[in-house]
Amino acid sequence: MAQRVLDRLQALRPEAIVESGSHVGDEIVVVHREHLLAALATLRDDPELTFEMLTDLTVVDYYRQTPRFEVVYQLYSLTHRHRVRVKVRIDEAQEECWVPTATALWKAANWAEREAWDLYGVRFVGHPDLRRILMYEEFVGHPLRKDYPQNGRQPLVRRPDAPTTDDQTTRLLEASHDRRTSG
Amino acid sequence: MTGFVPTVLQDAINWAQKYSLFTYPFATACCAMEFMATMGGRYDIARFGAEFPRFSPRQADLLIVIGTITERQAPVLRRVYDQMIDPKWVMAFGVCASTGGFYQNYTVTPGADQVIPVDVYVPGCPPRPEQVLDGLMVLQRRIQDHRGHAQREIGPTATVTLQDRRHLPLIPDGTSMGLDPAERMPRDGRVR
Repeated sequence: MAQRVLDRLQALRPEAIVESGSHVGDEIVVVHREHLLAALATLRDDPELTFEMLTDLTVVDYYRQTPRFEVVYQLYSLTHRHRVRVKVRIDEAQEECWVPTATALWKAANWAEREAWDLYGVRFVGHPDLRRILMYEEFVGHPLRKDYPQNGRQPLVRRPDAPTTDDQTTRLLEASHDRRTSG
Repeated sequence: MTGFVPTVLQDAINWAQKYSLFTYPFATACCAMEFMATMGGRYDIARFGAEFPRFSPRQADLLIVIGTITERQAPVLRRVYDQMIDPKWVMAFGVCASTGGFYQNYTVTPGADQVIPVDVYVPGCPPRPEQVLDGLMVLQRRIQDHRGHAQREIGPTATVTLQDRRHLPLIPDGTSMGLDPAERMPRDGRVR
């Protein structure tokens, strides 16, 4: 039982798998980015797997490691009532920090990918509407990255005589205003 | 003698205003539950003449900021405050509205007073209804003494004129409620 999903995926898409294993009963598979969509489509469409539901899509930032980010897909099969966790490892560099979008497979991926873009700056190539979803458009940077300043606030408005706080408001505010006026 | 009659009149007006505060609950978070308890029969904010929540800021004179104010929401709060007519007062309800509370991160404004002037801070997470009523009584004393932020800003309110006596500095990024209708709504129709 424990390895059934992984064995099936291994049989169908051996080229996609980097490594796999299980942890406290959860089956985990790390796949190559170039085979990600094929692997996800197999997981969704194969009659023995049938993962109809994308429960969640998140990103983990392993700061100062390479590759730095890990995009995690939590899948659930309503038919077979089993789960699998799919991971993709991607690099930090601007041109490398992307994965193909899963919106064509699960509509639930749309907002989840927007959130992942908003907070971690991972681009989802092919996404129909990749905008920020939680933060405001004027926000600079991606706040859940580990190198985002701890007290980095980017206020949209302040009273001119507002009480001072000990955060890094001023520096980021200037940056945000620069961006707003130039763009 | 010239100063005496307006002063007595002002005292009477302040007395009337402090017992007829029309509240606008800007409720964003869990503190709103405690606000409901304060409004309800057991603690009964009506005893202080503030029982009538107006759900339009234009009809209210006490803005109660209930709950966490995020940076994204701060322009909205500023806009609501600008829409209220003078004289007006602000109560920060709970620690989040007062200081940001236990949130110290990229998204939460460290207190509503970063955006609008606040007259009374009610601490607590959430505050007990008794604390809110105590804060309301503190505010009533301030109103009677003519010490509210808005009152100090506009001076005596005893003589009613049509002239706008507010001199709040406008925030230059276009989110302030100017008198020009074109300034009230951004051209792309997006209210921040």
